[in-house]
Amino acid sequence: MNLPRRNFLQRATLFTAAAAAFGSGLLKSAGAWAAATWNVQAFTAKTASDAYSRSGYANAVNSSDIVLKLPEIAEDGSVVPVQASSNIPGTTSMAIFVPDNPNPLIADFTFLNGAEPFIATRIKMAKTSSVQIMAKADGKVYMTSKSIKVTAGGCGG
Amino acid sequence: MSMNRREFMQLLAAAAAAGLALDNRQALAGEHSDTFYDLPAFGNVSLLHITDCHAQLLPVYFREPNINIGIGDNRNQPPHLVGEYLLKHFGIPAHSRDAYAFTSLGFTAAAHAYGKVGGFAHLATLIRRIRASRPEALLLDGGDTWQGSGTSLWTHGQDMVDAAKLLGVDIMTGHWEFTYGADRVMQLVNNDLKGHIDFVAQNIHTKDFGDPVFQPYVMRTINSVPVAIIGQAFPYTPIANPRYMIPDWSFGIHEDNLQSVINEARGKGAQVVVLLSHNGMDVDLKLASRVTGLDAILGGHTHDGVPSPTLVRNSGGTTLVTNAGSNSKFLGVLDFDVRHGKVTDFRYKLLPIFANLLPADADMAALITRMRAPYEARLGEKLAVTEDLLYRRGNFNGTFDQLILDALMADKDAEIAFSPGFRWGTSLLPGEAVTMEHLMDQTAITYPQTTLNNMTGATIKSIMEDVCDNLFNADPYKQQGGDMVRVGGLQYTCDPNQTVGKRISNLTLRGKPLDPAKTYKVAGWAPVNEGATGEAVWDVVGRYLRDKKVIRIDRLNQPTLLGMAGNEGITGA
Repeated sequence: MNLPRRNFLQRATLFTAAAAAFGSGLLKSAGAWAAATWNVQAFTAKTASDAYSRSGYANAVNSSDIVLKLPEIAEDGSVVPVQASSNIPGTTSMAIFVPDNPNPLIADFTFLNGAEPFIATRIKMAKTSSVQIMAKADGKVYMTSKSIKVTAGGCGG
Repeated sequence: MSMNRREFMQLLAAAAAAGLALDNRQALAGEHSDTFYDLPAFGNVSLLHITDCHAQLLPVYFREPNINIGIGDNRNQPPHLVGEYLLKHFGIPAHSRDAYAFTSLGFTAAAHAYGKVGGFAHLATLIRRIRASRPEALLLDGGDTWQGSGTSLWTHGQDMVDAAKLLGVDIMTGHWEFTYGADRVMQLVNNDLKGHIDFVAQNIHTKDFGDPVFQPYVMRTINSVPVAIIGQAFPYTPIANPRYMIPDWSFGIHEDNLQSVINEARGKGAQVVVLLSHNGMDVDLKLASRVTGLDAILGGHTHDGVPSPTLVRNSGGTTLVTNAGSNSKFLGVLDFDVRHGKVTDFRYKLLPIFANLLPADADMAALITRMRAPYEARLGEKLAVTEDLLYRRGNFNGTFDQLILDALMADKDAEIAFSPGFRWGTSLLPGEAVTMEHLMDQTAITYPQTTLNNMTGATIKSIMEDVCDNLFNADPYKQQGGDMVRVGGLQYTCDPNQTVGKRISNLTLRGKPLDPAKTYKVAGWAPVNEGATGEAVWDVVGRYLRDKKVIRIDRLNQPTLLGMAGNEGITGA
């Protein structure tokens, strides 16, 4: 275990809190965030097909060029680690869908100015479902998916 | 053991039914007892493997399952063969010592004929003998070593750590070890084990940054051949056992990390690469088909005593997959012949430990006596006498589970009870006294609280479906390796070939269908959530046993099974 890194970051958290007090000028992309509109219709969709069409990810074709890293069984359904990257040239956005969640669209990431299409986050899952990663490149939509089990636990061994 | 005339007649009848030749002294004494452990040396790299001893320091009886169902690709494949199917597949003669060790056939009679198995003092003698012809062999321990007995629980694993060091364990990984909590594990790893036993696990990382918690592998040299041993701890520890005991660690299978570790070890010159695994055999079989560069996976967790390895082909070659049983009943011996930098041939033998064929090692026996001394009086308390064979292992209720369920329902005035489908827990023969030690062998965990909950019929069904999926999911990576939750009071039908939500049907309570909307009182134990305050299960069951005095299991509550015609993971005996 890399304890020094953890200790360093605990101190860094204090520093970040202080820096935040200087104001938001540190983050140049703050303006870009404000410009992006919250796609309410897509994020509140109750079915996967509505979520795909409202967010522009409909008619995806399967691609092995999207690399998805997920546990087989969630250790905690409320914080499931998801990591994905796209090797498809010209990837401009990636989204996470969980078809069996009450709201299937989890997140939509846009990559500006050739940023590396790599995402890592934690998502909340209501129950066992597939996790789908979609990527947009050159006007086409690509997808990979993997099923992940959410279980109550106990009784092993 | 004293035996009354009725018991003796039962024994004779059982022996006759099992086909034992009672007038044949050799059958009762054990055939070829002087040469049983002769194992000629082979090759130049030898690995000795123990796993899942569950803290059983003294010889025990341990009945292998008569139900170990394989579904999907694992149907009728090892380890999902029991009884006569296992004997046939591996060419083991019926009624032999090996038949007693590897199956449940005619168990009581065979146990009387061949005696107790395991015991660290007897295991130590065998290891010394095997090492005499293989002086540089490594001794690998697949874990579930520190838990499973009263003394291991009361010493927080100390008795087992001391015994493993004296046994000469070189490298280990873990599972139930983690239920003593992260602090105790690190205290033992960083102090007691340091310089003696390397604790390896490539699949445990910190939850925050993904930093490795343990060294992923170690390199050793055996007869000038560099050998890498990689550790694989039980991937689902935080799900199957209390998460709060290891709050900062994340587990999982981590195939890609394993492949990187294998490649790194090969890059550093390893000519033999072995995974010391606590995945469970089905998971290991799948893993072996998907990663390359492993010569063998020495496996545990599912407690499968598999006489010879399964050879799994993958894009890089072939990987041997073994599973070495439980309760210190077996020693696996893997000999590799390594030439020109690679494995060219192998021999494997899973040797059962027969206590009456191997004299006790004096140093180990002395250590065990010393460790037990403060607890002997408590362990030796006779709670009751059993008239029936008591055991746990099997996909569904064993007779000792039935006893626990009956005690929970009686003590808590509950109509339904659940008990975890653990695969550890020793066996008792008819006529034996049930002691506190036996009871602890079935219950010694760090979260022993009993519970009483109100649950709707719908919740009860969903719990049963959830656990059943952990056992019978067609994808081994989604199995957790325990058996089905033991159920008291409720009758049900189970169709293992179905998918989650569709396996359990016909739930009835005292002849009436379980009402999804109605609330029922359900007793249980071993809660994985923090904060339970119920009385310890051994106190509840101990009181029940003292009260009953004589134990008979009149009815073993097992489900009606569907779709199992031709399944060789089921036998009657």
